[in-house]
Amino acid sequence: MSPGEAAVLPRTAAPGGRPRTALGVLALFRSELSITFRRLRTIALLAILAALPVLIGVVIKVEVGDSGGGGPAFMAQVTENGLFLVFTSFVVTLPVFLPMAVGVVAGDSVAGEAGSGTLRYLLVAPAGRTRLLAAKFTAALSFCAAATLTVALSALATGAALFPVGRVTLLSGDSISFWAALLRTGLIAVLVAASLAGLVAIGLFVSTLTGSGIAAMATTVGLVITVQILDGIPQLHSIGPWLFPHYWLSFADLLRQPAYLHDVLRNLGLQGLYAAVFGTAAWARFTSRDITS
Amino acid sequence: MTDSTAGRAAADGPAPAVIRTRGLTKRFRGGQLAVDGLDLTVPRGSVFGFLGPNGSGKTTTIRMLMGLIAPTSGTATVLEAPMPQSVTAVLPRVGALIEGPALYGFLSGRDNLVRYDSADPAADPRTRDRRVAEALERVGLAAAAGKKARAYSLGMKQRLGLAAALLQPRELLVLDEPTNGLDPQGMREIRALVREVAADGTTVFLSSHLLDEIEQVCTHAAVMSRGRLVVQGTVAELAAGARGRLVVQTPDRELAARVLADHGVTDLRTTGDRLDGEPPSGAADDPDGHLPKLCAALVGAGVRVRSFGTERGTLEDAFVALTGEGFDVAG
Ligand SMILES: Nc1ncnc2c1ncn2[C@@H]1O[C@H](COP(=O)(O)OP(=O)(O)OP(=O)(O)O)[C@@H](O)[C@H]1O
Ligand SMILES: [Mg+2]
Repeated sequence: MSPGEAAVLPRTAAPGGRPRTALGVLALFRSELSITFRRLRTIALLAILAALPVLIGVVIKVEVGDSGGGGPAFMAQVTENGLFLVFTSFVVTLPVFLPMAVGVVAGDSVAGEAGSGTLRYLLVAPAGRTRLLAAKFTAALSFCAAATLTVALSALATGAALFPVGRVTLLSGDSISFWAALLRTGLIAVLVAASLAGLVAIGLFVSTLTGSGIAAMATTVGLVITVQILDGIPQLHSIGPWLFPHYWLSFADLLRQPAYLHDVLRNLGLQGLYAAVFGTAAWARFTSRDITS
Repeated sequence: MTDSTAGRAAADGPAPAVIRTRGLTKRFRGGQLAVDGLDLTVPRGSVFGFLGPNGSGKTTTIRMLMGLIAPTSGTATVLEAPMPQSVTAVLPRVGALIEGPALYGFLSGRDNLVRYDSADPAADPRTRDRRVAEALERVGLAAAAGKKARAYSLGMKQRLGLAAALLQPRELLVLDEPTNGLDPQGMREIRALVREVAADGTTVFLSSHLLDEIEQVCTHAAVMSRGRLVVQGTVAELAAGARGRLVVQTPDRELAARVLADHGVTDLRTTGDRLDGEPPSGAADDPDGHLPKLCAALVGAGVRVRSFGTERGTLEDAFVALTGEGFDVAG
């Protein structure tokens, strides 16, 4: 069919301007979410995260008996209660796999669009630089939640399949019902997802610095690893509490009765601080930047 | 004529300018002066051709007009609002294709348009599906709408980019080399589309290397060279400004060539019985004084003149004359 003769409908030039509507403003957030989760890369990352708890569960099941206590935290409890596989999985994935996945998504968010040239078309649509950045931030945070949820659900299913579940004995020795424990597990999952907020802001900032998605992803993931190494160096213990992964494993404090909140709150505060500082830096950079790709 | 035509479009007619730049300059961080003191005026309702060889600053100018890059100095006004300060108010009324299409390869053609339409906060989500379908229909992609964009050919991508620019009725359409990568049939279709859009009252700003394209669809044109505006005006004015060539048909080629050369005709070329050359300077201003004398001189020398006249210059002649080196890339 030829566009030359197609649809010669009467069209008039747009009037002074269409009004923005609340729905119209929100559309970009929806679009951003759908584009994040429709990408093959995102699905692959979630698939890997879903496979890890299965792997851990199987290893524990096979190795049962000769567990001398060398494994990650909660390993010993898993054989008694499958729910503990969720916590073990968090302990295993939080230092490396989760932040890596988040670094890939956040790092690529702006730089990937710049590299492919789609950024210029979003901006002339016009998406608005602040709104676009807000949508990217929201989508990356949603990915944190989805990634954490994936680990939790996979671990829960695997734990229930391979091990007995029932009343849970907390680290403080108290015993609570399975449903009360499940509630705490949900709370812990929220905490784990929130622990990644600072990293999302860092990834977003790095993403505004370059026009190459790969470079931004590599830098962000490299940063996660470097900072955790720094956090482990005893000579640097004075700066340790200011590094974003420092309190990542504090979620275990919720498994006490009463819950020990000091580090948990420090963690949330630190994530908020990083999100504010790097979010502002990303905004300052992105709103003033020349888009030449 | 360069001076008299520049800024002429601004002066004639009360129609307000859709694009106006004053002293617009962009120096990239590397020190490259890409656009240098540009004074451009695009009248409302025109189809404006923006010509220039590779690297002359066309895309850089368009990026500044669309608020993607900030000018180093000077001002740009689009739809009577300053850019880049007014992007949110102005750009919903502007459709743009900048330096080729850019698409999400993992999305279908249709979903690409949905994505770009969602980015416009002034676009109504309730009419989105209908507008997307219409835009696809308009560029002839309705049948391929469900295919992943990464499987599109260059021409199909170009069409999808155009469809994105046509998602809404626009007051201004900015098209940076829209026929790039299209087959001749595709080029014709795009030109027809541009005419159709222009007939609806949309101003079209079209950059191109292709002179015949500009000559075919544009009412106005501007020529860039090395970041500077060489000339702007109506296409008719520009083409008329190109110096016509003197053409003589005669069997006595050598004799005629000698006589013409004696009377100041330069750059003589012969093809068969046809002889053509650059008329002497002054002939363009006073053709009635010079040309009959030349003809009389030929006849007087015994040249059997079969025909004698001038051929109107094309825009290409004007372009080559104005940019000097023609299509060489500036350093
Ligand atoms: N991001 C950039 N950094 C530095 N120099 C640049 C950049 N973009 C363009 N240039 C330079 O600016 C000049 C103008 O480039 P521009 O892309 O505007 O030309 P153009 O007229 O669109 O060329 P073409 O017809 O090839 O598309 C060129 O010399 C180019 O090298
Ligand atoms: Mg260009």
